[in-house]
Amino acid sequence: MKTAAEVTNVLICGTGGQGILLASEVLSGAARASGMDIKKSEVHGMAQRGGSVTSHVRFGSRVFSPLIEEGTADVVLGMEQMEGLRWLHYMRVDGTLLIPDIRINPVTVNIGAARYPDVEAGLASRNAPYRVIPALAIARELGNTRVVNLVMLGAASTLMPMIGEQSWMTAIERRVPAKALGVNMEAFERGKACL
Amino acid sequence: MDRAKRIPESGVEFLSGNEAVARGAWEYGVHFASAYPGTPSTEILEAIGESYPEIGSQWAPNEKVALETVAGASFGGARALTAMKHVGLNVAADPLFTLSYIGATGGVVIVSADDPGMHSSQNEQDNRNIARAAKVPMLEPADSNEAKLMVGEALEISERFDAPVMLRLTTRISHSKSLVELGPRRAVEVKGYERNIQKRVPIPAHARKLHSRVEKRMLELEEYGDGSPFNRIEKGDPSLGIVTSGISYQYVKEVLPSASVLKLGMTNPLPWKLIERFIESVEKLVVVEEGDPYLQEQIRARFLIPVEGKERIPIEGELEPGIVRRGLGEGDPAQTPFVRAEVPARPPALCPGCPHRGAFYALSKIKASSTGDIGCYTLGLMPPHEALETVICMGGAVTVLNGLEKAVGREATGKLVAAIGDSTFIHSGITGLIDMVYNGGTGTVMIMDNGITAMTGGQQHPATGFDLRGEPAPRVDFEQLCRACGVKHVRTVDPHDLQEMEKALREELSREEPSVIITRRPCIMIGKPSGRAVARLDPEKCVSCRACMRVGCPAISFVDEKPEISGLLCYPDCNLCVQVCPTGALSKDMEGAR
Repeated sequence: MKTAAEVTNVLICGTGGQGILLASEVLSGAARASGMDIKKSEVHGMAQRGGSVTSHVRFGSRVFSPLIEEGTADVVLGMEQMEGLRWLHYMRVDGTLLIPDIRINPVTVNIGAARYPDVEAGLASRNAPYRVIPALAIARELGNTRVVNLVMLGAASTLMPMIGEQSWMTAIERRVPAKALGVNMEAFERGKACL
Repeated sequence: MDRAKRIPESGVEFLSGNEAVARGAWEYGVHFASAYPGTPSTEILEAIGESYPEIGSQWAPNEKVALETVAGASFGGARALTAMKHVGLNVAADPLFTLSYIGATGGVVIVSADDPGMHSSQNEQDNRNIARAAKVPMLEPADSNEAKLMVGEALEISERFDAPVMLRLTTRISHSKSLVELGPRRAVEVKGYERNIQKRVPIPAHARKLHSRVEKRMLELEEYGDGSPFNRIEKGDPSLGIVTSGISYQYVKEVLPSASVLKLGMTNPLPWKLIERFIESVEKLVVVEEGDPYLQEQIRARFLIPVEGKERIPIEGELEPGIVRRGLGEGDPAQTPFVRAEVPARPPALCPGCPHRGAFYALSKIKASSTGDIGCYTLGLMPPHEALETVICMGGAVTVLNGLEKAVGREATGKLVAAIGDSTFIHSGITGLIDMVYNGGTGTVMIMDNGITAMTGGQQHPATGFDLRGEPAPRVDFEQLCRACGVKHVRTVDPHDLQEMEKALREELSREEPSVIITRRPCIMIGKPSGRAVARLDPEKCVSCRACMRVGCPAISFVDEKPEISGLLCYPDCNLCVQVCPTGALSKDMEGAR
C-alpha cells in the first residue's frame, strides 16, 4: 500500500435516504478546510432507491484514485449495522468500524427470503475493531431522527486528528441549511463525546 | 444544492465531474445547452440551470431532440452543449452520424457519460466505439479539473476542425469530486446564421463531398493529437509502459507511481506518432482501460506488436485500484485483513409511499403483469409484486406489448399492460402508442404519471408544467394526447386508491380495443408530506394473515408473526397497508409519529 501512509481513506456506508451524501460532503469540506487534496466518489440513480449506498472519501497530500482499495480504509463509517458488516472488508487491519444503533431490514428480509444477520457476532468472529454509537437514541433525544448522520460523523471525527476542530465547524456551517444548523452542531458534538 | 447560484469567479472548488463540465461550459462561453436526464449525466444540465443563467438551458423530451437543437444552435454560430448517458447516445445516433459530416459552426460538445459496472443502466456499452464509428473527435478527462478544461478544448477543436466533439465521461468521473481551478467566463460572440446549403443539406451530391472532408479532418486531427497537451508521456521505469486514459489513469498512478505512462486525453483519433515514440521508449506495453479493448486493438492493429490489455484487465464491470493492482501483477490477489461478510442483499426498492406501489400491488393481485420500461417502476419486477416481465429501452414497454400481441394473440397478452412512466412516455412512448392504434393492437398502456423524471433524481419534463429552471411552462395533457393518437378509452386513477386501480385494470384489460390508464399521483420526492403520521398496529385485531406484507413496503417487516412498522421509514401520506388489512388492525395516526 504505497500511498496509504499519506492518504486517509474513509468509507461511509448505509442505505439510500440516510444522509450519507451530506455526511461525506461535510467530511470532504472539513478535509478541504484543513488544506488537503481530496477526492470523493459515490453513485446516484437506481442504486439510491433504498439500496446499499457507499461514499468513498480520500484526503491527503496528493490523491489519485477516487475509489478506496479494499483492505485500506482507515475508517468505515456505517450508518446502518448490517451495511457496516457488508463493507468491513474495505477496512485496513488497524482501522476502525463505527456502527449505529440502527437496523433497517432490506426487502429480502422483510419478505422472509433472508434473515437479518447477527452483526456484532459477525464482527467479533472476524476480530474487527468496532464501536456501536447510540446515534438514533441521541438523535431522538435531540428531537430529530434525521441528524443520525451528524452524530456518527462526530464520533468518526475523533479518529481523524489531522482535521482541525475549526475545519469541522466551517464544513458543517457551509453544508447544513441554516435553520437546522443548531441541532446538527449539537448532534456532531454528542457524537464526538461517544468515543 | 446549497452551493447553487454562488460559485465564485476564481479560486478552487470541490466539484463533481458533472459540475465541472457545467463550469467549463460557462467559462468557455457556451451559449446554449439541452439534454434529457440520464444517470450518470443528469447533473450537468442541472448545474447549468442552477448556477449559470448566462447559458440558455433546457430539458429536451429525448436525446435526439437535444442534439438536433444543439445542432441548430451551432448552425446559428452559438457554442452549444448536450449531455446524455451512454444509451442516450444511441437515441441521438441518427443526428450524430450526419452532424459529423455537416460539422459545427459554433462549437458543439456532446457529453457521453458511460456507466461501466451498470450502477444505473441496462448495459455497459463503451461509447468510445461510437466516436470512432461516427468519426468525431473525442476527449476523455481523468478528473474534474480536466473535465472542465476539456470542455474548452472540445470547443476549440470543434470550431477549428468543423466537427462536433464528444466528451466521454464515465460514472467515476461524473460522480467523483475533486478540486477544480475556477476562471471567469470568457466573452464569445454568437456568429449568426449564414445560409450554406452545400454544407447543411446532405443530399447525396453534397454528402459525398462532406464525407471526403471528414476523412481528411480525421487525419489532420491525428497530427493535432500528437501535440495536444492532453496527451502526454510521463517518463518512469522503462521496463513497463502503460497506455491509459480517463479514470483508469488514476488507478494506474495509485498502484504503480513509478511506471512509464502514456496518458491519453484525446482518444479519437489516436495520436499515432506520440504512441510510436512511447512504444520505442519502453520494453513492454500494457494497456489499462475500462470496458472494451478500444486502445489495445487499435494499437495492436496499427503496429502489429504484442500489446497486453484485456488479458490482464477485465472487459466487464468497472475498474478499481485493486483490480488494476492484480492485473499489473503488483501484489497478490490481496487477502483483505477482514474477510468479506456474506450478508443479505439490499436491492433497490420502491420508496415507502411510492405511487407506483399501488399499481403493481393491484396488477399482482389480479394476477396480471406488465411489459416494462426504464424508470423507478422497473422495480415492479421485485418481490412481492413481480409484475414486470420485459425491459429493453426507453419506450419499449408499449412496442413490446404490441409485438407480443401480434405474435401470440390476446389470449397470451390479455394479462399484460405496458407500464411506462410519464417522462419515458414523452421520451419515446408516444410513437409506440400511435403504432399500436394504427396497426390494430388492443393493448392497455399504463402511464405511471408521478409528475417528474424520478429515477434520475427529480427533473422536470414537458408534462410537469415546469421547465429546467423551475419556471412555469406549457404542459402536455396526456389524456388529450392519447385521444389524439386515436385511443378511445383513456382514464385516470389514483394508484393508491386500490379499489379503483384494480377496477380500471380489470376493465381495460378485458377490452378488445387499445386503452390507456393514467395512474396519477405525485412522486414522494416532489413535495413535503402533509404530516408526520405513521401506520400503527392494533395487535389485538391482527390475525397474522400477512396481507400487509404483500404491499411490499420497506417500512413493514414481519416480526414474531406480526407486522412491525418502522417509524423512520413509514411515509405519512400513504395508507396502502391500512387499505389491504382485512381486520382493520392497521391505522394511520399521529400517536406513532416519528
